[in-house]
Amino acid sequence: MELPESTPRRRARPLRCITRCLVVIGIVAAATCAAASDWGMGAANSRLAPPDMFNPVSTPAYDIETLAWFAIAVCAGIALVVGALLAYSIIRFRSRAGDEEREPPQVYGSNPIEFAWTVVPLLIVFVLILTTARTIYTVEAAIAPPNAIRIRVIGHQWWWEVRYPGLKIVTANEIHVPVSDPAHPTPTFLDLESADVAHSFWVPRLAGKTDVIPNRRNTMWIEPRRPGVYLGQCAEFCGTEHALMLLRVVVEPRAQWDQWVAAQQKTAAASSDRGRRIFESTACVNCHTIKGTVADGRFGPDLTHFMSRETIGSGAAMNTHDNLRIWIKDPAVIKPGALMPRMNLSDADIDAVAGYLESLH
Amino acid sequence: MATAAVSPIVPPVHAQWNLPRRGRAGILALILTETAFFSIFVAAYVFYIGKSLSPPYPRDVLSPPIVNTICLLSSSITIVLAVRALRAGHTRVFGLWWLVTFMLGLEFLAGTAAEWYGLIYHDHLTISTNLFGTTFYSLVGLHAMHVTIGLIMILVVMLLTAGGHLSRRYAEHTEMLSWYWHFVDAVWVVVFTTVYVIGR
Amino acid sequence: MEQEIALSAREQAELPLLGRLHEWVVTVDHKRLGLMYIGGGLLFFVVAGLQAVMMRLQLAVPDNHLVPPQVFNRFLTMHGTAMVFLVGMPILTGYFNYLVPLMVGARDLAFPRLNSFGFWLWFFGALLLYFSYIGGDGLYGAGSAPDVGWFAYAPLTERAFSRGNSTDYWILSIFLTSVGSTATAVNIITTAFCMRCRGMTLGKMPVVVWLAVVVAFMMLLALPPLSAAQVMLLLDRFAGAHFFDTQAGGSALLWQHFFWIFGHPEVYILVIPVFGFASEIIPVFSRKVIFGYQVMVAASIAIAFISMGVWAHHMFAVGMTPAGNAFFATSTMLVAVPTGIKIFNWIGTIWGGKIRLRVPMLFSLAFLFQFMIAGLTGIMLAVAPFDWQLTDTYFVVAHFHYVLIGAIVFMIFAASYYWFPKATGRMLNERLGQVHFWLFLIGFHLTFDPLHFAGIHGMPRRIYTYQPGRGLEGLNLIASIGAVIQALAVLVFVINVVYSLAWGEEAGPDPWDAWTLEWSTASPPPEYNFAVEPEVYSRRPLWDLKHPDDPDWLYE
Ligand code: HEA
Ligand code: HEA
Ligand code: HEC
Ligand code: CUA
Ligand SMILES: [Cu+2]
Repeated sequence: MELPESTPRRRARPLRCITRCLVVIGIVAAATCAAASDWGMGAANSRLAPPDMFNPVSTPAYDIETLAWFAIAVCAGIALVVGALLAYSIIRFRSRAGDEEREPPQVYGSNPIEFAWTVVPLLIVFVLILTTARTIYTVEAAIAPPNAIRIRVIGHQWWWEVRYPGLKIVTANEIHVPVSDPAHPTPTFLDLESADVAHSFWVPRLAGKTDVIPNRRNTMWIEPRRPGVYLGQCAEFCGTEHALMLLRVVVEPRAQWDQWVAAQQKTAAASSDRGRRIFESTACVNCHTIKGTVADGRFGPDLTHFMSRETIGSGAAMNTHDNLRIWIKDPAVIKPGALMPRMNLSDADIDAVAGYLESLH
Repeated sequence: MATAAVSPIVPPVHAQWNLPRRGRAGILALILTETAFFSIFVAAYVFYIGKSLSPPYPRDVLSPPIVNTICLLSSSITIVLAVRALRAGHTRVFGLWWLVTFMLGLEFLAGTAAEWYGLIYHDHLTISTNLFGTTFYSLVGLHAMHVTIGLIMILVVMLLTAGGHLSRRYAEHTEMLSWYWHFVDAVWVVVFTTVYVIGR
Repeated sequence: MEQEIALSAREQAELPLLGRLHEWVVTVDHKRLGLMYIGGGLLFFVVAGLQAVMMRLQLAVPDNHLVPPQVFNRFLTMHGTAMVFLVGMPILTGYFNYLVPLMVGARDLAFPRLNSFGFWLWFFGALLLYFSYIGGDGLYGAGSAPDVGWFAYAPLTERAFSRGNSTDYWILSIFLTSVGSTATAVNIITTAFCMRCRGMTLGKMPVVVWLAVVVAFMMLLALPPLSAAQVMLLLDRFAGAHFFDTQAGGSALLWQHFFWIFGHPEVYILVIPVFGFASEIIPVFSRKVIFGYQVMVAASIAIAFISMGVWAHHMFAVGMTPAGNAFFATSTMLVAVPTGIKIFNWIGTIWGGKIRLRVPMLFSLAFLFQFMIAGLTGIMLAVAPFDWQLTDTYFVVAHFHYVLIGAIVFMIFAASYYWFPKATGRMLNERLGQVHFWLFLIGFHLTFDPLHFAGIHGMPRRIYTYQPGRGLEGLNLIASIGAVIQALAVLVFVINVVYSLAWGEEAGPDPWDAWTLEWSTASPPPEYNFAVEPEVYSRRPLWDLKHPDDPDWLYE
């Protein structure tokens, strides 16, 4: 361990290596960044609060947050105590120069000490278990009151089908629910099903995850207290585009929500322009439904009120004129791997179809 | 540590040093892991009882293979008799009981084959028909596979016996084989109970 | 007999390269097979590590287009699968192969040929996994490497959603490596029970050997559920069975249960061996006997037992009943008690010692800190409602890399520095070792500390891209930089190994002044390990030898 002069140069070498690598990463990052388009999603996301579980707005998420802080506090406390003990013993018992010869006293163990550090953790664990169990029961055992909103959410590769059975509404990728007034709670209960593989429904600020599993019906509930748009995302690996199976929940004041319901219940404006004819004479109808037309496919999202949604492709792109044209031309440009095929329409036809879809408010 | 003897404090002398035999430990470990393997198939079977979406259902097509079961279970006795004979050095007696064991096992396999033939061609139950078919053929098939493996090993020993290569020295080895065979029988008891008693 | 062996050793030195290779291929020597396991594992570590670096580069910035989605999904599946089955398992079984006979004073494992069989099964199984990049297209022209995640949840793995042969490669490869591991487990148990040298009662076995036995039992019980489930999946895919076919009434959850009945014990199969390494290295470099030997062993057995009943903590979000969730939360948290005992006992070992901060000890001390943190994030995950938020996010990724790297890889490095002299006769370079340690430490923390927060900020795992504006950019960039630093550190290690093999300092039989039997024979040990079968009187035979006036057996 004695090398007087050569030391500095040796130290510098790994450093230079690191900086060089950082430069390479930077260049790669910058290059790919410049090439990428985020289809307007970055700006849209920035306007919303990030999906952070420690910024809850709904009952189950509040409960979880409280419990989470408790667990974090306990664990941080343990980490501090044990870490300090460890650090102290390392510093205190380092072998000093000149004292290497004699071996330290050999201690084989100690029953009272062993006992102490068995019982104390046991007690801590006991407390943690009780608090955990209590929250499990308050969240999971809740029963739907009669005035609860009921929604069926069906996971598909890679989008969400949303149905309001009582209200006869079918939509996709965006869920509208009324805000719940603590005086007159109107929680929303969700039935979760899957049409293909396992997904997971997750809107961090509203509640924890619940998996969406084929051949099984799971339920969960939310009770949002503040209006706003909350980001969510599929959280179980479900194939190629698992990353872009996003979701938004729009929490609205009751009156506004009622309006939305009324609008969704209408059939689509019965325009009969060229776009509609092309749409109806193409395979689009095999996969998409537009109420009041011949299109009644169920493989893809319901498009009856397509323009009421903010995004295309389950949050892959903002619902703008340009993005819509790109999507109809070739969905893979926006969402590579999406199960909607490229339809090979001419540019003029695409314009017409896009125009038609844009009339579906 | 020959040098340890020079220490001023004389260590205690090891009076005797007996360790278990390798073969036994090995075969027991193998049986343990096989048990875990079977448990999963049994669990899957139990989990899917009554969950088939379409016929045929077990109640309609299964009947307990009593004769088969008796044959297989009694082969566990004959194999013990065989090993005991070998230990005593009676190679001829051993060969006889060994042959009986083999025949009993073979009967079991034949019985299973007949049962499957009936199920497939008469009741139109295959592995892909429904969940019952899926779990039934895999569980019973897995067991039958183990019987087959056991029979092959028994056959090898039988050929060695016939060639006059077997003697008392190998009693230990044949005993290990018999443990495996007992295990296959024990599994059958579980499979039988699950498939033909609980599952019907 | 000895002469014969010595002769063959000389002959061997004169063999041409091909002959030397042949010697290695046909070997049944536990030391060679152990080294082959470790070498193979390190090879796959580099490959799977580079795949991880590719993932990190893709995730360095939002909306990156460096790696297409399908390729990314293959990377993450291959990385996870390879790291667990082709890196963790073989390296640890490799160490057991090498160490167990030496430590119990035996000349080889109980079944040398079974051992070699197990190795080659593992080896070809491992090759099969990566062969899928070439052969995975299958009849349908879809596929290439598996892309279903390392736990391969059904029904994504069913024919309907996973065409081609990629998933079949995953099944077969892992099935084969598992059978190989089972062979090792049988061998280790038999060796420890039936081949101990004179005087080594069960209570005098080194902790490593004890833990090897515990791990071997866990392998025997935990690997079959995976193998069985894989057989079922294979039947589904090839024979039209319906085990996990949800359309025919099959259950997706059944696969999850089977997988985690294996999967959870598996993570302890990976970590318990390194507990063993720590229990060997920390005492030697603290110059003290292990604190509470019996308790250490008992705690490990307790961990093994409890860990068989906690699997559904990976499934808190699948919609179990409250009672089910509460049960599994309870059993999971109970593991903290025996694990805590182990941590405290290691601290008790350090306490009052004279710590020598050589490279193996540096890695071990980092292990202690990191494993504690990782365990505590594990406890947070075990708080089921908290887990509803955290599961399948980068918080989980951070948790398990903290254990898998912060504990396991760190201790594998510690063990490498510690036993390298025994296996090769040369020391690893201390200076390069220090560089390696600090680089790896920094890289590791840069990568995985921020990822905890990414998870809390709503970043799910297994996403090939994420959008800007969600507050994830900075955390991911730092993590990616850290990954590159880790790669550099591994590179330093590889250089160190190559350099020290050729020019390293001569080690001598006992460079660390250690106490277990392997240090009593030459470095590298001769093929027959010990010229005279050793006889022991305590857990630290070499201590007795070095301190004849104050032997251990007086106190045990
Ligand atoms: C070697 C690997 C290893 C180890 C040792 C552990 C150890 C633990 N793990 Fe971890 N875990 C993984 C590897 C590991 N884990 C992997 C790979 C996954 C993800 C798999 C995947 O999804 O891909 C995972 C996932 C995982 C989950 C599921 C997360 C999810 O997907 O939702 C959970 C939940 O409970 C969990 C919990 C724990 C706990 C409680 C421990 C405990 O054993 C920790 C015990 C240790 C301590 C607690 C610290 C020391 C103790 C003290 C200082 C005493 C005082 C402490 C108290 C009183 C609390 N782990
Ligand atoms: C033992 C287990 C292990 C180890 C060691 C690692 C090591 C690493 N892991 Fe891994 N990881 C897993 C097990 C492990 N991982 C598992 C089980 C999963 C889950 C998979 C799934 O979800 O299905 C996972 C998933 C996973 C993810 C999440 C992917 C996702 O969910 O989308 C990420 C992302 O950051 C990651 C990163 C890393 C990094 C940066 C390392 C680094 O530490 C790697 C460091 C190593 C190197 C960088 C080697 C480089 C070597 C050289 C450069 C030397 C070359 C020189 C010569 C050949 C001469 N891992
Ligand atoms: C093979 C089935 C199929 C056909 C044919 C099809 N689509 Fe789609 N479509 C889908 C699927 C699946 C999605 C969801 C993709 C995703 O988000 O991953 C989708 C999504 C969409 C969306 C976005 C909906 C939303 O709310 O996010 C639009 C718009 C759309 N399709 C229009 C069309 C038009 C126009 C045609 C015909 C020219 C068409 N589709 C043909 C399957 C199909
Ligand atoms: Cu749907 Cu992930
Ligand atoms: Cu676990």
